[in-house]
Amino acid sequence: MSDAAAERYDVAVIGAGMAGMAAALFAAERGLSCIQIGSGGGILFASGLLDLLAVQPVAQHRLWQSPFEALAALAREQPAHPLAQVDPLAIRTAFQRFVAALTSAGMPYAQMGERNSNVITSIGTVKTSYGVPLTMVAGVAALAQRLPCLLVDFRGLREFSARQTVETLAQEWPTLRHQRIEFPGFEAVPEVYAVHLARALENRETRERTIALIKPLLGDARVVGLPALLGLSRSSEVHAAFEAGLGVPVFEIPTMPTSVPGLRLLGALEAVMSARSVTRRQLSSVRSLSFDGDTATLDLTGAPGGECIRAGAVVLATGRFSGRGLTADRQSVRESILGLPVQQPLAREDWHQRDFLDPAGHAINRAGLMTDETWRPLDASGEPAWANLYAIGSILAEQDWMRAKCGSGLAIATAWAAVEQITQQLHKAG
Amino acid sequence: MALNFPSVIQTQVLIIGGGVTGTALARDLALRGVDCVLVERDDINAGASGRNHGLLHSGARYVAGDPGAAMECRAEGDILKRVAAQTIQDTGGYFVAVQGDDERYIADFPSHCARSGITARAVDVAVARAQEPALSENTIAVFEVPDAAIDPFRLSLESMAQACSLGARLMRRTRVVGFEREGRRICAVRVQSLAGGDEVRIEATQVVNAAGAWAREVALLAGASIAMTYSKGTLLVTHTRLASRVVNRLRRPGNGDILMPGGTVSIIGTTSLRVDSLDDIRPTPAEADLIIAESAPMLPALASARFIRAYAGVRPLLGSAGADSRAVSRGFALFDHEQHGLDNFATLTGGKLTTCRLMAERAADLVCKRLGVTRPCLTATTLLPHAAESAWTAPGHSAREWVRSHQVDDTLLCECEMVQGSAVDAIYAALRAAGDTPTLTDIGLRSRVGKGACQGAFCGLRTVAHLYQTGDFQAQRGLSEIVDFFSERWRGQQPILWGEQLAQAELAEALHCGLFGEELRQATLLADPAREVKP
Repeated sequence: MSDAAAERYDVAVIGAGMAGMAAALFAAERGLSCIQIGSGGGILFASGLLDLLAVQPVAQHRLWQSPFEALAALAREQPAHPLAQVDPLAIRTAFQRFVAALTSAGMPYAQMGERNSNVITSIGTVKTSYGVPLTMVAGVAALAQRLPCLLVDFRGLREFSARQTVETLAQEWPTLRHQRIEFPGFEAVPEVYAVHLARALENRETRERTIALIKPLLGDARVVGLPALLGLSRSSEVHAAFEAGLGVPVFEIPTMPTSVPGLRLLGALEAVMSARSVTRRQLSSVRSLSFDGDTATLDLTGAPGGECIRAGAVVLATGRFSGRGLTADRQSVRESILGLPVQQPLAREDWHQRDFLDPAGHAINRAGLMTDETWRPLDASGEPAWANLYAIGSILAEQDWMRAKCGSGLAIATAWAAVEQITQQLHKAG
Repeated sequence: MALNFPSVIQTQVLIIGGGVTGTALARDLALRGVDCVLVERDDINAGASGRNHGLLHSGARYVAGDPGAAMECRAEGDILKRVAAQTIQDTGGYFVAVQGDDERYIADFPSHCARSGITARAVDVAVARAQEPALSENTIAVFEVPDAAIDPFRLSLESMAQACSLGARLMRRTRVVGFEREGRRICAVRVQSLAGGDEVRIEATQVVNAAGAWAREVALLAGASIAMTYSKGTLLVTHTRLASRVVNRLRRPGNGDILMPGGTVSIIGTTSLRVDSLDDIRPTPAEADLIIAESAPMLPALASARFIRAYAGVRPLLGSAGADSRAVSRGFALFDHEQHGLDNFATLTGGKLTTCRLMAERAADLVCKRLGVTRPCLTATTLLPHAAESAWTAPGHSAREWVRSHQVDDTLLCECEMVQGSAVDAIYAALRAAGDTPTLTDIGLRSRVGKGACQGAFCGLRTVAHLYQTGDFQAQRGLSEIVDFFSERWRGQQPILWGEQLAQAELAEALHCGLFGEELRQATLLADPAREVKP
């Protein structure tokens, strides 16, 4: 395809992680034509929980039950943090829209209010998060009220031991019990995989046999927890069937990645992209990107002979090191596509702390792109590198999403804010 | 006040230090029918014995500077290949010179090898590069020598296992806190378990200090002094194996000279840095860069290779501080301490992995002479028995076992290194049987858990889940075990995090911190909203 014949979109989103998906969704909802480049594989590492902000400041391990109070503290204490640049009201709206889209695609979330929720993890820690899938939500009340609760796991599922969860939480939650069962039809299989079990539970007969195995174990339990494998694309139906069959609320516990909720999230987001007519290039990557006035030209790999597309604005949502947005050699960190300046520690000695769990976190995790107030990444002179290039999500500097528990919040909030800027820019340009 | 009488253990010989030398000595003495106890402050091979190349030297490295050491290596290498074959991969080795290397050294090398009785065969450069494609196109000379790879963990674990089967006793995580002297004799050594509890008095007829780099400190506790210096050596582990043989740089020993094959990986090192303190020895980014810069002329792929780990050990070197720690003898010494007024104390230190058996023989000879035991050393002729629970350190062993005896309920806890649940169970059971409380780190030392690209981030979690399921772990122990184990692995990660391995480390942090919040574990275990701290 020649350059002259290249398809033109309002927005090209590079990256298909949480930030790229959110940007494509918000752009499409504003009526912008949108193409998204990237596989979405990073979403498989998500837990299904949508963190907004739980820890601030990171170094002090201060844990917040209200993400909005945490955001206010962030704005005071760390004004350069990208989340501190977004109006909290806009963040609420962005989360509502994002979750509404997921719900419409078959992955419903509990109503989000003022507070974070606490859920138990497979290793018996407690995770504080904001958006909780409906399949996990009964665990919030169960933990808060220390309800008599039965955790069930399956022989051969290596990353999940209900006994471990119960032993670890025993002092905190004395009425938590565990039972291990054989998954029906997998009795002779040494290792079972959550994805296979999740799919098997979409079969009604397998589901009923599983419920029948759990029911006699209930005892005084008023709620039942299971590893997150209650169905793959039909999790609402499977979850509802378990609650009806067992006669008590049922909740899923997030497990090690790559997890079933990660797969569900990817499936739901792909359905959202399709429903909103977002053009996707899942197998493509950007070979080169250039700007000429109000038009960006992207040269893509993937299609035979490559592909050339044009866009009025480009959103860089390429993530960090595992997302390939940032690349590090022994000397320095660079931005992978355009070589944009990366704010980073001077020497590799300073990238990581000597202790993995050092309360301050690792400096390399705060490296990234600096932007102006309209989310345009800066060049070496401190000016926006291009008039119509935007950067969002974890590639941004001045944040440590893993320690602050703000990964989804960062992705959704900055996507929302950048799309708002892009809409204004395209509107001005007519 | 009630007197707290410490419990007492009586034995003929107390050995202090569970490295390759101490465990070889325990085996030597046990084979001669001498009763012994070995106390180890940490775990088997926790010091330099477990932090080296794992190279069974042909001796060729020392032919120019130290022909005596070269001959010792050759003779001992031959013996270990016979009696401890299961711990050795007889890979052979190349000595390789590249453009710019000292041509005089290269020219003298064959005759120096001949002088020490070491076979060094000249290999055509094109043939050598066909055999080992990682070699530089600037290679100018290659010699083949009988170097080999040895698994020091398996060697020490099996030596100790045989000693224990003959009546010796191992006390891990036990430190020496004091010596009781009467005239020219040590009448007791007071030790304490790191797990706490009362001190134990060990009344031994003879005491041997085999504490490696810590030998000076132990000797000082006994009132004896040794002139010793410390040389820190750092090594890097690659993600894939770059060469099938040992590859040595054909030059005077320097940094980054040796590439060792180790199962599916290669190990490149070392550095040699004089240090004054034994505290907090860890590899650094600068050392990693130095090794790569020094080794890349011989092996260009190292400049762009992915590394999964670095580690550092301290060589105990005999003698006082000089300028160049490589010039200090790598020979070993046996001090009888009679000049320090002690007749039943000896220190065995210095030396090399390759000569550990000989060192033990010399020390055992001294001890037996003092005890009046006349039985000869048997370790040069007695085969080292296989100990089932010690075999899991070898890459590929657990995979073979898993295939051979596949049980339906024996799940793989790590697909990268193929570690199955039954391997973890066997290691755990063996440690329990010795009266220990095994940790995840202990299991890591005795298996391939944590050795792959994830460095324990995933397999460590699965192993803990497995140990809860077997009932071996209880209460909140798993959380601290996960943190301890991964923190130990992190020491080796921190210096080599760039490229792919940095992405891997990011995933590990997303899991351990992002999802599980392990850094908050004290804060999050109590999840009551009332605990919220407001500014």
